[in-house]
Amino acid sequence: MNLFIASVQRDLLVHFRHPSEVLNPLIFFVVVISLFPLGIGPEPGQLKEIAPGIVWVAALLATLMSMDSMFRSDFEDGSLEQVVLSEQSTFIFVLAKVASHWLLSGLPLVLLMPLAALLLFLDEAGIWALTLSLLLVSPTLSLLGGIGAALTVGLPRGGLLVTILVMPLYVPVLVLATAMVQAAEAGSETIGYIYWLLAILFGAVCLAPIATAAAVNVATDQ
Amino acid sequence: MFKWFHRLGSPKIFFEMSGRWQVPLLWLSVVMLTGGAAWALLFVPPDYQQGNSVRIMYIHVPAAILAQSGYVMMSGAAAVFLIWRIKLADVAVKCIAPLGASITFIALLTGAIWGKPTWGTWWVWDARLTSTLVLFFLYIGVIALRSAMERHAGAGRACAILALVGVVNLPVIKFSVEWWYTLHQPASFSLTEKPTMPVEMWLPLLVMVVAYYLFFFAIWIMRIRNEILLTEKNTDWVKQWLATR
Repeated sequence: MNLFIASVQRDLLVHFRHPSEVLNPLIFFVVVISLFPLGIGPEPGQLKEIAPGIVWVAALLATLMSMDSMFRSDFEDGSLEQVVLSEQSTFIFVLAKVASHWLLSGLPLVLLMPLAALLLFLDEAGIWALTLSLLLVSPTLSLLGGIGAALTVGLPRGGLLVTILVMPLYVPVLVLATAMVQAAEAGSETIGYIYWLLAILFGAVCLAPIATAAAVNVATDQ
Repeated sequence: MFKWFHRLGSPKIFFEMSGRWQVPLLWLSVVMLTGGAAWALLFVPPDYQQGNSVRIMYIHVPAAILAQSGYVMMSGAAAVFLIWRIKLADVAVKCIAPLGASITFIALLTGAIWGKPTWGTWWVWDARLTSTLVLFFLYIGVIALRSAMERHAGAGRACAILALVGVVNLPVIKFSVEWWYTLHQPASFSLTEKPTMPVEMWLPLLVMVVAYYLFFFAIWIMRIRNEILLTEKNTDWVKQWLATR
Protein backbone atom coordinates (compact mmCIF):
# COMPACT_ATOMS: atom_id res chain seq x y z
CA MET A 1 0.00 0.00 0.00
CA ASN A 2 2.88 2.35 0.79
CA LEU A 3 4.34 1.64 -2.60
CA PHE A 4 1.00 2.40 -4.22
CA ILE A 5 0.57 5.77 -2.52
CA ALA A 6 4.21 6.78 -2.97
CA SER A 7 4.17 5.90 -6.63
CA VAL A 8 0.92 7.77 -7.34
CA GLN A 9 2.20 10.81 -5.42
CA ARG A 10 5.41 10.83 -7.37
CA ASP A 11 3.66 10.55 -10.73
CA LEU A 12 1.25 13.33 -9.92
CA LEU A 13 4.09 15.57 -8.79
CA VAL A 14 6.14 14.89 -11.92
CA HIS A 15 3.21 15.66 -14.16
CA PHE A 16 2.14 18.79 -12.32
CA ARG A 17 5.61 20.14 -12.95
CA HIS A 18 5.40 19.28 -16.63
CA PRO A 19 1.73 19.76 -17.39
CA SER A 20 1.99 19.72 -21.19
CA GLU A 21 2.03 15.92 -21.32
CA VAL A 22 -1.28 15.87 -19.47
CA LEU A 23 -2.84 18.76 -21.34
CA ASN A 24 -2.00 17.69 -24.89
CA PRO A 25 -4.37 14.68 -25.01
CA LEU A 26 -7.16 16.87 -23.63
CA ILE A 27 -6.59 19.52 -26.27
CA PHE A 28 -6.45 16.75 -28.86
CA PHE A 29 -9.82 15.50 -27.61
CA VAL A 30 -11.50 18.90 -27.95
CA VAL A 31 -9.93 19.53 -31.37
CA VAL A 32 -11.10 16.17 -32.73
CA ILE A 33 -14.63 16.78 -31.44
CA SER A 34 -14.78 20.22 -33.02
CA LEU A 35 -13.56 18.85 -36.35
CA PHE A 36 -16.66 16.68 -36.78
CA PRO A 37 -19.23 19.48 -37.09
CA LEU A 38 -16.89 21.14 -39.59
CA GLY A 39 -16.69 17.98 -41.65
CA ILE A 40 -20.28 16.80 -41.42
CA GLY A 41 -22.18 20.07 -41.28
CA PRO A 42 -23.62 22.03 -38.38
CA GLU A 43 -27.21 20.64 -38.27
CA PRO A 44 -27.98 19.85 -34.61
CA GLY A 45 -30.23 16.86 -35.41
CA GLN A 46 -27.57 15.02 -37.35
CA LEU A 47 -24.81 15.80 -34.84
CA LYS A 48 -26.95 14.73 -31.91
CA GLU A 49 -27.54 11.37 -33.51
CA ILE A 50 -23.87 10.51 -33.95
CA ALA A 51 -22.60 12.39 -30.87
CA PRO A 52 -22.09 9.33 -28.59
CA GLY A 53 -19.97 7.61 -31.21
CA ILE A 54 -17.88 10.69 -31.97
CA VAL A 55 -17.24 11.53 -28.34
CA TRP A 56 -16.37 7.94 -27.53
CA VAL A 57 -13.97 7.44 -30.40
CA ALA A 58 -12.29 10.78 -29.61
CA ALA A 59 -11.96 9.74 -25.96
CA LEU A 60 -10.40 6.42 -26.95
CA LEU A 61 -7.89 8.15 -29.21
CA ALA A 62 -7.03 10.71 -26.55
CA THR A 63 -6.47 7.94 -24.00
CA LEU A 64 -4.23 6.08 -26.40
CA MET A 65 -2.23 9.26 -27.05
CA SER A 66 -1.19 9.42 -23.43
CA MET A 67 -0.79 5.65 -23.05
CA ASP A 68 2.66 5.52 -24.57
CA SER A 69 4.19 7.58 -21.76
CA MET A 70 2.84 5.40 -18.92
CA PHE A 71 6.07 3.47 -18.37
CA ARG A 72 8.45 5.15 -20.76
CA SER A 73 10.22 7.70 -18.56
CA ASP A 74 10.53 5.14 -15.75
CA PHE A 75 11.99 2.68 -18.21
CA GLU A 76 14.46 5.18 -19.59
CA ASP A 77 15.82 6.38 -16.25
CA GLY A 78 16.03 2.84 -14.89
CA SER A 79 13.55 3.18 -12.03
CA LEU A 80 11.30 0.56 -13.62
CA GLU A 81 14.12 -1.93 -13.36
CA GLN A 82 14.73 -0.97 -9.73
CA VAL A 83 11.10 -1.67 -8.85
CA VAL A 84 11.19 -5.05 -10.57
CA LEU A 85 14.42 -5.97 -8.79
CA SER A 86 13.21 -4.78 -5.40
CA GLU A 87 11.14 -7.00 -3.16
CA GLN A 88 8.07 -4.83 -3.72
CA SER A 89 5.20 -6.31 -5.69
CA THR A 90 5.26 -5.40 -9.37
CA PHE A 91 1.50 -5.95 -9.45
CA ILE A 92 0.91 -3.12 -6.95
CA PHE A 93 3.37 -0.86 -8.73
CA VAL A 94 1.64 -1.45 -12.05
CA LEU A 95 -1.73 -0.79 -10.45
CA ALA A 96 -0.37 2.49 -9.07
CA LYS A 97 0.90 3.47 -12.51
CA VAL A 98 -2.51 2.75 -14.00
CA ALA A 99 -4.22 4.69 -11.21
CA SER A 100 -2.09 7.76 -11.76
CA HIS A 101 -2.59 7.49 -15.50
CA TRP A 102 -6.34 7.45 -14.90
CA LEU A 103 -6.13 10.45 -12.55
CA LEU A 104 -4.16 12.39 -15.14
CA SER A 105 -5.89 11.40 -18.36
CA GLY A 106 -9.16 9.56 -17.63
CA LEU A 107 -10.58 11.87 -14.98
CA PRO A 108 -9.95 15.13 -16.89
CA LEU A 109 -11.68 13.56 -19.91
CA VAL A 110 -14.69 12.74 -17.74
CA LEU A 111 -14.77 16.36 -16.61
CA LEU A 112 -14.54 17.55 -20.21
CA MET A 113 -17.38 15.27 -21.31
CA PRO A 114 -20.29 17.64 -20.60
CA LEU A 115 -18.54 20.33 -22.67
CA ALA A 116 -18.02 17.94 -25.58
CA ALA A 117 -21.62 16.77 -25.33
CA LEU A 118 -22.87 20.35 -25.44
CA LEU A 119 -20.83 21.04 -28.57
CA LEU A 120 -22.71 18.20 -30.25
CA PHE A 121 -26.20 19.13 -28.94
CA LEU A 122 -26.81 16.10 -26.76
CA ASP A 123 -29.79 16.52 -24.43
CA GLU A 124 -29.51 16.36 -20.67
CA ALA A 125 -30.16 12.64 -20.29
CA GLY A 126 -27.55 11.95 -22.94
CA ILE A 127 -24.96 14.17 -21.24
CA TRP A 128 -25.44 12.42 -17.91
CA ALA A 129 -25.24 8.98 -19.49
CA LEU A 130 -22.17 9.95 -21.49
CA THR A 131 -20.33 11.29 -18.45
CA LEU A 132 -21.33 8.33 -16.31
CA SER A 133 -20.30 5.83 -18.99
CA LEU A 134 -16.88 7.44 -19.35
CA LEU A 135 -16.46 7.52 -15.59
CA LEU A 136 -17.14 3.77 -15.48
CA VAL A 137 -15.07 2.88 -18.53
CA SER A 138 -12.02 5.15 -18.38
CA PRO A 139 -10.33 3.07 -15.62
CA THR A 140 -10.82 0.01 -17.83
CA LEU A 141 -9.23 1.89 -20.71
CA SER A 142 -6.20 2.74 -18.57
CA LEU A 143 -5.95 -0.85 -17.30
CA LEU A 144 -6.10 -2.44 -20.75
CA GLY A 145 -3.90 0.23 -22.27
CA GLY A 146 -1.29 -0.44 -19.60
CA ILE A 147 -0.76 -3.90 -21.09
CA GLY A 148 0.02 -2.40 -24.47
CA ALA A 149 2.20 0.33 -22.94
CA ALA A 150 4.23 -2.22 -20.97
CA LEU A 151 4.65 -4.53 -23.97
CA THR A 152 6.04 -1.76 -26.17
CA VAL A 153 7.99 0.21 -23.59
CA GLY A 154 11.42 -0.85 -24.81
CA LEU A 155 10.67 -0.07 -28.44
CA PRO A 156 11.38 3.14 -30.30
CA ARG A 157 8.19 4.69 -31.67
CA GLY A 158 5.94 2.35 -29.73
CA GLY A 159 3.02 4.77 -29.79
CA LEU A 160 1.41 3.57 -33.00
CA LEU A 161 1.97 -0.04 -32.03
CA VAL A 162 0.11 0.50 -28.74
CA THR A 163 -2.91 1.61 -30.74
CA ILE A 164 -2.86 -1.52 -32.90
CA LEU A 165 -2.43 -3.81 -29.91
CA VAL A 166 -5.02 -2.23 -27.65
CA MET A 167 -7.80 -1.09 -30.01
CA PRO A 168 -9.33 -4.57 -30.47
CA LEU A 169 -9.47 -4.97 -26.70
CA TYR A 170 -11.50 -1.75 -26.44
CA VAL A 171 -14.32 -3.03 -28.63
CA PRO A 172 -16.56 -4.44 -25.87
CA VAL A 173 -16.51 -1.32 -23.68
CA LEU A 174 -17.02 0.94 -26.70
CA VAL A 175 -20.05 -1.10 -27.80
CA LEU A 176 -21.60 -1.20 -24.34
CA ALA A 177 -20.89 2.45 -23.52
CA THR A 178 -22.38 3.87 -26.74
CA ALA A 179 -25.36 1.53 -26.40
CA MET A 180 -25.87 2.90 -22.89
CA VAL A 181 -25.86 6.53 -24.09
CA GLN A 182 -28.29 5.73 -26.90
CA ALA A 183 -30.58 3.92 -24.47
CA ALA A 184 -30.52 6.93 -22.14
CA GLU A 185 -31.35 9.28 -25.02
CA ALA A 186 -34.25 7.05 -26.03
CA GLY A 187 -35.46 7.23 -22.44
CA SER A 188 -35.05 3.56 -21.60
CA GLU A 189 -33.40 1.83 -18.66
CA THR A 190 -29.59 1.96 -18.46
CA ILE A 191 -28.93 0.07 -15.24
CA GLY A 192 -28.15 -3.16 -17.12
CA TYR A 193 -25.37 -1.45 -19.06
CA ILE A 194 -23.99 0.07 -15.86
CA TYR A 195 -23.78 -3.39 -14.29
CA TRP A 196 -21.99 -4.74 -17.34
CA LEU A 197 -19.48 -1.91 -17.48
CA LEU A 198 -18.79 -2.35 -13.76
CA ALA A 199 -18.36 -6.09 -14.22
CA ILE A 200 -15.82 -5.51 -16.99
CA LEU A 201 -14.05 -2.91 -14.83
CA PHE A 202 -13.71 -5.28 -11.87
CA GLY A 203 -12.57 -8.09 -14.13
CA ALA A 204 -9.96 -5.78 -15.64
CA VAL A 205 -8.74 -4.62 -12.21
CA CYS A 206 -8.09 -8.22 -11.22
CA LEU A 207 -6.61 -9.55 -14.45
CA ALA A 208 -5.01 -6.75 -16.47
CA PRO A 209 -2.25 -5.87 -13.96
CA ILE A 210 -1.11 -9.52 -14.04
CA ALA A 211 -0.45 -9.24 -17.77
CA THR A 212 1.03 -5.75 -17.39
CA ALA A 213 3.37 -6.90 -14.60
CA ALA A 214 4.49 -9.84 -16.74
CA ALA A 215 5.13 -7.48 -19.65
CA VAL A 216 7.12 -5.13 -17.39
CA ASN A 217 9.22 -8.10 -16.32
CA VAL A 218 9.91 -8.93 -19.96
CA ALA A 219 10.81 -5.33 -20.78
CA THR A 220 13.30 -5.01 -17.92
CA ASP A 221 14.73 -8.47 -18.47
CA GLN A 222 17.07 -7.65 -21.34
CA MET B 1 3.03 -39.05 -21.71
CA PHE B 2 4.91 -36.17 -20.09
CA LYS B 3 8.19 -37.67 -21.10
CA TRP B 4 6.96 -37.78 -24.67
CA PHE B 5 5.97 -34.13 -24.51
CA HIS B 6 9.28 -33.23 -23.01
CA ARG B 7 11.16 -35.01 -25.75
CA LEU B 8 9.00 -33.28 -28.34
CA GLY B 9 10.05 -29.94 -26.89
CA SER B 10 13.55 -30.46 -28.19
CA PRO B 11 13.90 -28.88 -31.65
CA LYS B 12 16.02 -31.73 -32.94
CA ILE B 13 13.58 -34.47 -31.95
CA PHE B 14 10.60 -32.47 -33.18
CA PHE B 15 12.36 -31.95 -36.47
CA GLU B 16 13.02 -35.67 -36.89
CA MET B 17 9.51 -36.75 -35.87
CA SER B 18 7.69 -34.08 -37.86
CA GLY B 19 9.75 -35.02 -40.89
CA ARG B 20 7.95 -38.36 -40.83
CA TRP B 21 4.47 -36.84 -40.32
CA GLN B 22 4.77 -34.00 -42.73
CA VAL B 23 4.45 -35.74 -46.07
CA PRO B 24 1.51 -38.06 -45.26
CA LEU B 25 -0.28 -35.20 -43.51
CA LEU B 26 0.13 -32.92 -46.48
CA TRP B 27 -0.98 -35.60 -48.96
CA LEU B 28 -3.99 -36.57 -46.89
CA SER B 29 -5.06 -32.95 -46.59
CA VAL B 30 -4.61 -32.25 -50.30
CA VAL B 31 -6.59 -35.36 -51.25
CA MET B 32 -9.36 -34.46 -48.82
CA LEU B 33 -9.39 -30.83 -49.95
CA THR B 34 -9.71 -31.70 -53.63
CA GLY B 35 -12.15 -34.54 -52.95
CA GLY B 36 -14.26 -32.48 -50.58
CA ALA B 37 -14.23 -29.47 -52.88
CA ALA B 38 -15.23 -31.57 -55.90
CA TRP B 39 -18.01 -33.20 -53.88
CA ALA B 40 -19.23 -29.87 -52.56
CA LEU B 41 -19.00 -27.91 -55.79
CA LEU B 42 -20.21 -30.54 -58.27
CA PHE B 43 -22.41 -33.12 -56.59
CA VAL B 44 -24.20 -31.51 -53.65
CA PRO B 45 -27.74 -30.46 -54.66
CA PRO B 46 -28.23 -26.67 -54.76
CA ASP B 47 -30.08 -25.07 -51.88
CA TYR B 48 -33.80 -24.45 -52.51
CA GLN B 49 -33.42 -20.82 -51.45
CA GLN B 50 -29.85 -19.80 -52.15
CA GLY B 51 -29.30 -21.89 -55.27
CA ASN B 52 -25.73 -22.56 -56.21
CA SER B 53 -24.29 -19.77 -54.09
CA VAL B 54 -24.67 -22.04 -51.06
CA ARG B 55 -21.54 -23.85 -52.23
CA ILE B 56 -19.40 -20.99 -50.94
CA MET B 57 -20.32 -22.36 -47.52
CA TYR B 58 -17.88 -25.24 -48.02
CA ILE B 59 -15.01 -22.79 -48.33
CA HIS B 60 -16.27 -20.21 -45.87
CA VAL B 61 -17.45 -22.18 -42.85
CA PRO B 62 -14.27 -24.26 -42.36
CA ALA B 63 -12.17 -21.09 -42.64
CA ALA B 64 -14.32 -19.30 -40.08
CA ILE B 65 -14.11 -22.25 -37.66
CA LEU B 66 -10.37 -22.54 -38.13
CA ALA B 67 -9.85 -18.78 -37.70
CA GLN B 68 -11.13 -18.96 -34.15
CA SER B 69 -9.60 -22.26 -33.13
CA GLY B 70 -6.32 -21.10 -34.66
CA TYR B 71 -6.25 -18.26 -32.16
CA VAL B 72 -7.00 -20.67 -29.32
CA MET B 73 -4.22 -22.96 -30.52
CA MET B 74 -1.84 -20.00 -30.67
CA SER B 75 -2.63 -18.95 -27.12
CA GLY B 76 -2.32 -22.56 -26.00
CA ALA B 77 1.20 -22.62 -27.39
CA ALA B 78 1.79 -19.20 -25.79
CA ALA B 79 0.72 -20.54 -22.39
CA VAL B 80 3.02 -23.54 -22.77
CA PHE B 81 5.87 -21.18 -23.59
CA LEU B 82 5.20 -18.84 -20.65
CA ILE B 83 4.80 -21.65 -18.12
CA TRP B 84 7.42 -24.19 -19.14
CA ARG B 85 9.67 -21.95 -21.26
CA ILE B 86 9.77 -24.52 -24.03
CA LYS B 87 11.49 -22.75 -26.89
CA LEU B 88 9.60 -24.77 -29.49
CA ALA B 89 6.26 -23.43 -28.25
CA ASP B 90 7.47 -19.91 -29.00
CA VAL B 91 8.44 -20.99 -32.50
CA ALA B 92 4.94 -22.47 -32.84
CA VAL B 93 3.36 -19.14 -31.80
CA LYS B 94 5.54 -17.27 -34.23
CA CYS B 95 4.63 -19.61 -37.09
CA ILE B 96 0.88 -19.81 -36.48
CA ALA B 97 0.20 -16.06 -36.27
CA PRO B 98 0.48 -15.28 -40.00
CA LEU B 99 -1.33 -18.53 -40.83
CA GLY B 100 -4.21 -17.63 -38.54
CA ALA B 101 -4.35 -14.12 -39.94
CA SER B 102 -4.55 -15.45 -43.50
CA ILE B 103 -7.27 -17.98 -42.69
CA THR B 104 -9.24 -15.21 -40.95
CA PHE B 105 -8.80 -13.09 -44.05
CA ILE B 106 -10.09 -15.97 -46.19
CA ALA B 107 -13.11 -16.29 -43.91
CA LEU B 108 -13.82 -12.55 -44.23
CA LEU B 109 -13.30 -12.56 -48.00
CA THR B 110 -15.43 -15.61 -48.76
CA GLY B 111 -18.04 -14.27 -46.36
CA ALA B 112 -18.17 -11.04 -48.33
CA ILE B 113 -18.48 -12.94 -51.61
CA TRP B 114 -21.25 -15.08 -50.14
CA GLY B 115 -22.98 -12.06 -48.67
CA LYS B 116 -23.34 -10.30 -52.01
CA PRO B 117 -25.80 -12.77 -53.65
CA THR B 118 -27.63 -13.76 -50.44
CA TRP B 119 -27.84 -10.55 -48.40
CA GLY B 120 -27.35 -8.18 -51.33
CA THR B 121 -24.30 -6.51 -49.79
CA TRP B 122 -20.60 -7.21 -49.45
CA TRP B 123 -20.37 -6.21 -45.84
CA VAL B 124 -22.70 -5.59 -42.94
CA TRP B 125 -21.73 -4.48 -39.47
CA ASP B 126 -23.12 -7.64 -38.03
CA ALA B 127 -21.96 -9.27 -34.79
CA ARG B 128 -20.18 -12.27 -36.27
CA LEU B 129 -18.56 -10.32 -39.07
CA THR B 130 -17.40 -7.69 -36.64
CA SER B 131 -16.01 -10.18 -34.16
CA THR B 132 -14.15 -11.94 -36.97
CA LEU B 133 -12.75 -8.59 -38.03
CA VAL B 134 -11.62 -7.90 -34.46
CA LEU B 135 -10.09 -11.38 -34.39
CA PHE B 136 -8.17 -10.41 -37.52
CA PHE B 137 -6.92 -7.28 -35.76
CA LEU B 138 -5.83 -9.38 -32.78
CA TYR B 139 -3.76 -11.58 -35.07
CA ILE B 140 -2.32 -8.48 -36.73
CA GLY B 141 -1.38 -7.14 -33.30
CA VAL B 142 0.62 -10.26 -32.46
CA ILE B 143 2.37 -10.15 -35.84
CA ALA B 144 3.10 -6.42 -35.52
CA LEU B 145 4.52 -6.80 -32.01
CA ARG B 146 6.74 -9.66 -33.15
CA SER B 147 8.11 -7.73 -36.10
CA ALA B 148 8.68 -4.60 -34.00
CA MET B 149 10.60 -6.59 -31.38
CA GLU B 150 12.64 -8.58 -33.86
CA ARG B 151 15.95 -7.85 -32.16
CA HIS B 152 14.71 -8.17 -28.58
CA ALA B 153 15.28 -11.28 -26.54
CA GLY B 154 11.87 -10.85 -24.91
CA ALA B 155 9.89 -10.88 -28.16
CA GLY B 156 8.56 -14.38 -27.59
CA ARG B 157 7.34 -13.69 -24.07
CA ALA B 158 5.80 -10.36 -25.05
CA CYS B 159 3.88 -11.98 -27.92
CA ALA B 160 2.79 -14.83 -25.66
CA ILE B 161 1.40 -12.36 -23.11
CA LEU B 162 -0.45 -10.50 -25.84
CA ALA B 163 -1.90 -13.74 -27.26
CA LEU B 164 -3.16 -14.74 -23.81
CA VAL B 165 -4.70 -11.32 -23.18
CA GLY B 166 -6.44 -11.66 -26.54
CA VAL B 167 -7.87 -15.08 -25.79
CA VAL B 168 -9.31 -13.86 -22.49
CA ASN B 169 -10.93 -10.99 -24.36
CA LEU B 170 -12.22 -13.02 -27.26
CA PRO B 171 -15.41 -14.30 -25.54
CA VAL B 172 -16.13 -10.81 -24.18
CA ILE B 173 -15.75 -9.30 -27.64
CA LYS B 174 -17.95 -11.97 -29.22
CA PHE B 175 -20.60 -11.55 -26.58
CA SER B 176 -20.65 -7.77 -26.69
CA VAL B 177 -20.95 -7.47 -30.44
CA GLU B 178 -23.59 -10.18 -30.51
CA TRP B 179 -25.61 -8.08 -28.16
CA TRP B 180 -24.87 -5.06 -30.28
CA TYR B 181 -26.37 -6.15 -33.56
CA THR B 182 -26.96 -9.37 -35.40
CA LEU B 183 -28.06 -10.43 -38.86
CA HIS B 184 -25.90 -13.51 -39.39
CA GLN B 185 -27.62 -16.82 -38.84
CA PRO B 186 -26.56 -18.70 -35.73
CA ALA B 187 -23.96 -21.39 -36.27
CA SER B 188 -25.63 -24.29 -38.03
CA PHE B 189 -22.71 -26.63 -37.72
CA SER B 190 -21.75 -28.16 -34.44
CA LEU B 191 -20.31 -31.46 -33.33
CA THR B 192 -22.49 -31.79 -30.26
CA GLU B 193 -25.92 -31.02 -31.69
CA LYS B 194 -28.04 -32.60 -34.35
CA PRO B 195 -27.32 -30.83 -37.66
CA THR B 196 -30.04 -28.56 -39.00
CA MET B 197 -29.12 -29.29 -42.61
CA PRO B 198 -29.59 -32.52 -44.57
CA VAL B 199 -26.89 -35.16 -44.53
CA GLU B 200 -25.89 -34.70 -48.17
CA MET B 201 -24.93 -31.09 -47.41
CA TRP B 202 -23.55 -31.76 -43.97
CA LEU B 203 -21.17 -34.58 -44.79
CA PRO B 204 -19.06 -32.76 -47.43
CA LEU B 205 -18.85 -29.84 -45.00
CA LEU B 206 -17.42 -32.16 -42.37
CA VAL B 207 -14.88 -33.46 -44.90
CA MET B 208 -13.89 -29.89 -45.75
CA VAL B 209 -13.52 -28.88 -42.10
CA VAL B 210 -11.25 -31.86 -41.40
CA ALA B 211 -9.31 -31.16 -44.59
CA TYR B 212 -8.81 -27.51 -43.61
CA TYR B 213 -7.51 -28.56 -40.20
CA LEU B 214 -5.10 -31.11 -41.66
CA PHE B 215 -3.84 -28.62 -44.22
CA PHE B 216 -3.42 -25.99 -41.51
CA PHE B 217 -1.43 -28.40 -39.35
CA ALA B 218 0.71 -29.47 -42.30
CA ILE B 219 1.62 -25.89 -43.19
CA TRP B 220 2.17 -25.04 -39.53
CA ILE B 221 4.59 -27.93 -39.13
CA MET B 222 6.42 -26.95 -42.31
CA ARG B 223 6.85 -23.40 -41.07
CA ILE B 224 8.07 -24.61 -37.67
CA ARG B 225 10.61 -26.87 -39.36
CA ASN B 226 11.89 -23.98 -41.44
CA GLU B 227 12.19 -21.82 -38.36
CA ILE B 228 14.05 -24.57 -36.50
CA LEU B 229 16.53 -24.89 -39.36
CA LEU B 230 17.10 -21.14 -39.29
CA THR B 231 17.60 -20.78 -35.56
CA GLU B 232 19.65 -23.97 -35.17
CA LYS B 233 21.70 -23.48 -38.28
CA ASN B 234 24.97 -23.49 -36.37
CA THR B 235 24.38 -26.80 -34.60
CA ASP B 236 25.98 -30.03 -35.70
CA TRP B 237 22.83 -31.93 -36.37
CA VAL B 238 21.50 -29.32 -38.80
CA LYS B 239 24.80 -29.29 -40.63
CA GLN B 240 24.73 -33.08 -40.85
CA TRP B 241 21.11 -33.03 -42.01
CA LEU B 242 21.90 -30.45 -44.66
CA ALA B 243 24.86 -32.48 -45.84
CA THR B 244 22.58 -35.45 -46.53
CA ARG B 245 20.34 -33.36 -48.77
